[in-house]
Amino acid sequence: MPTFFEPKELVTPGDLLAEGNYMAGENAYCENKKVFAARIGLVEYDNRKVRVVALRAFYIPRIGDIVIGIVTEVGFNGWEVDINAPYTAVLRASDVLERGFRPQKNDLLSILDIGDLIVAKVAAYDRGSNPIIKISEPGLGKISRGQLIKVTPTKIPRIIGRKGSMITMIKRETNCRITLGQNGLIIVSGKNHEDERLAIMALRKIEEESHTSGLTDRIAEMIRKQKEGRKNV
Amino acid sequence: MSKPEKLLDKKGLRLDGRKLDELRPIKMEVGVLNNADGSAYLEQGKNKVLAAVYGPKEVHPKHLALADRAILRCRYHMAPFSVEERKSPAPSRREIELSKVIREALEPAVFLEYYPRTAIDIFIEILQADGGTRCAGITTAALALADAGVPMRDLVVACAAGKVDGKLALDLMDLEDKYGEADVPLAMMPGINAVTLLQMDGSLTLEEFQKAVKMAMEGCKQIYEMQKKALKAKYVAIKEEIQE
Repeated sequence: MPTFFEPKELVTPGDLLAEGNYMAGENAYCENKKVFAARIGLVEYDNRKVRVVALRAFYIPRIGDIVIGIVTEVGFNGWEVDINAPYTAVLRASDVLERGFRPQKNDLLSILDIGDLIVAKVAAYDRGSNPIIKISEPGLGKISRGQLIKVTPTKIPRIIGRKGSMITMIKRETNCRITLGQNGLIIVSGKNHEDERLAIMALRKIEEESHTSGLTDRIAEMIRKQKEGRKNV
Repeated sequence: MSKPEKLLDKKGLRLDGRKLDELRPIKMEVGVLNNADGSAYLEQGKNKVLAAVYGPKEVHPKHLALADRAILRCRYHMAPFSVEERKSPAPSRREIELSKVIREALEPAVFLEYYPRTAIDIFIEILQADGGTRCAGITTAALALADAGVPMRDLVVACAAGKVDGKLALDLMDLEDKYGEADVPLAMMPGINAVTLLQMDGSLTLEEFQKAVKMAMEGCKQIYEMQKKALKAKYVAIKEEIQE
């Protein structure tokens, strides 16, 4: 039962990854006992499971994910929110208003308007209908300040790092509050623009170099250098 | 250009100096457009092709959406300046037909059933044409799809073979296509050994046809390797830079 690549090697769609008694994990598929890659990414062999960590992908909602969205439409009993996925999400007014929703009384526009940014959680999603999101939990809701950046959604785990090592390091070094959406949108808000700029620079570097090793150390070094440069000016 | 006296010289070389089983020089680049979800650019001899992919996204108009899978929409278009005599930019009968043919060549490769009620749009723009643009279009579109992160069974490659001056030749260019005896474009997924497009224009005997198909497949496999290399190029470059 051979495998055909080194772990963490770069593969493209159609590459034969393994043959025999293997299972296809993410971004891989199985046909006639052969496992092929379905996306460009890094291959990982985990016992019998073969998966590809994609370098290029789009966001598909999963229940429980924290996402950042932009309100695109205000309806009679809810909002439509763009969550950077193939499907627009629905936010119900009854979820937002605590004491039941009465269309005659509550003005939805005064709560959320078109263009507003929200942090939300995916409450329900299946193939048959658009995802439903909610903001009725602590930490969720409208965002009023910060800078919005967009990265490839598959790189969010890399930005978080092992047990959050990467993101805590960036937060600590730059003194910024960083909200990650699983859908690839990130809000960075700091005390001044310089801090925010530095955090964004670090995030961009992670996105670009996500497929290489020793990244956390390199990012830490970059931030330190940038900070020193700032002091000297 | 007018009809040349001969398509093959005394040595058996073609008008551009190629051997019968030789491809035109090919150059590929992935991720050339910022605003598309995925894109690719290809030069094959004098052909210049740009492809862009958008999606999967919600379908508009809504009635086109399918409940069980995504729809693939494809537009093959030749720029007015792509040929010697200015071409009207409006889609011609030929372009509409090629759009359909290319879509059907790419459809089996894409996992459309993963994303119901969505659409994936492919735009193929021929900037300069010199024969075999449908094949070049398919090759480029497959790269753009992979760049967009659309899950695929395999990359789709296309290449033509044909008959010029009584001899079978690989990857025909415009003059050979026009004044040769036959042209056989073929698209396939080499990794899983499946043919997704096979056409023939002109006349060939059964043996010649079988030989031409085999020849085109060999050509496809060569281009396939280049496709993979082009897809990886960006990431390999970054990795090497860091390791230095």
